Amino acid sequence: MNAAKNWKLFKENLGSQNPVFVQVLGICSTLAVTNVVKNTVVMCLGLIFVTALSNLLVSLLRGVIPARVRMMAEVLIIACLVIIVDIYLKAFNPDISRQLGPYVGLIITNCIVMGHAEAVALTQPPATAFVDGLAAGIGYSYVLLAIACVRELLGTGGIWGFNVLGGAWVNWAIMVMAPGGFFVLAVFIWIVKGCWLKPARKEKA
Amino acid sequence: MESLGFFAILFSAVFTNNILLTNYLGMCSFLGCSRELKTSFGLGMAVIFVMAATSVLNWLVYTYVLVPLDLDYLRFIVFIVVIAAFTQLVEMIIERVSEALYLSLGLFLPLIAVNCAILGASLFMVIRQYTFWQTFGYGLGAGVGWGLAILAMAGIRQRLAQRSRVPAGLEGPGIALIIAGTMALAFMGFNGMVSLN
Repeated sequence: MNAAKNWKLFKENLGSQNPVFVQVLGICSTLAVTNVVKNTVVMCLGLIFVTALSNLLVSLLRGVIPARVRMMAEVLIIACLVIIVDIYLKAFNPDISRQLGPYVGLIITNCIVMGHAEAVALTQPPATAFVDGLAAGIGYSYVLLAIACVRELLGTGGIWGFNVLGGAWVNWAIMVMAPGGFFVLAVFIWIVKGCWLKPARKEKA
Repeated sequence: MESLGFFAILFSAVFTNNILLTNYLGMCSFLGCSRELKTSFGLGMAVIFVMAATSVLNWLVYTYVLVPLDLDYLRFIVFIVVIAAFTQLVEMIIERVSEALYLSLGLFLPLIAVNCAILGASLFMVIRQYTFWQTFGYGLGAGVGWGLAILAMAGIRQRLAQRSRVPAGLEGPGIALIIAGTMALAFMGFNGMVSLN
């Protein structure tokens, strides 16, 4: 029973309740780090780590945290986890840490983390909350990776730094710059809503 | 970084390096609260005020407390606490002083505490090693730039809602992102005048 519930939560986070293209949360980093696939992977791993563990910790402490200061407590828990990620990156991957710049720190204010801590972790037992956080992180990550692949491929002609499209390819410089991010995400949302979520809407009507 | 003066930074934070359109910060409230001009005006004003004040506060805390004590790695926690405490305090003061101001500005303050643009401005300030005046210019400029962007967006969306038929899949966030992309393209026209990087 419990496992089935967790599995359902897991699937919802990947599909019909996906944090990026359905709830439109955490868009800041979605756009900012997706110009290069490598950075995106690092960012996603960081976010999965933070959402999963913050959900687990908030859920464990939910009996202890007074309701009045719960937001502050959640933010502090999240901030501690983010500091761990930041220090780890600085020590083992200084190049990527420099490229990501402030966006690692901005995981703190990423609405996905906060939203799930508020909505799920405060009411559910630790195991469920952990699964939910993990799934939200993964749901966020695969959308980011898809966007990053499109942007890096069109913008630089390669993926992960390797040239894929050959010398004759003219780079779409706009793709790795700011407007490209907006357009790719918009098209992505359009496709998903148009093709995938349509059946759901018909059932409702 | 020493070479850029207060006004150069102010200008570039508003136009060439707009925090929303080139750094994508504050997107959540940008997409969520840009349906009406009135709401976005209030939110924009609140962001300008809070961003200018908190980036200066955080600069003071960072330079005079964290760096001397070698507690640099705690900056995420300290910054977010400063921002949250500041917004809470201002909300309480405004509530006491003026009800009209509270209704137009105060309601947005708790929302702003978790706006990534505010924290982002403080983090940029650390990474780019600004001086005091540069920080003030950047905080103010980034706030004005954000407010400008959300106002423009709200204006366009209001119009759009009245007289355009948007494809079903694009309604809501989709079309907002396309508008934002077009706005970012327009702002790229300012590129090269002053650069922050």
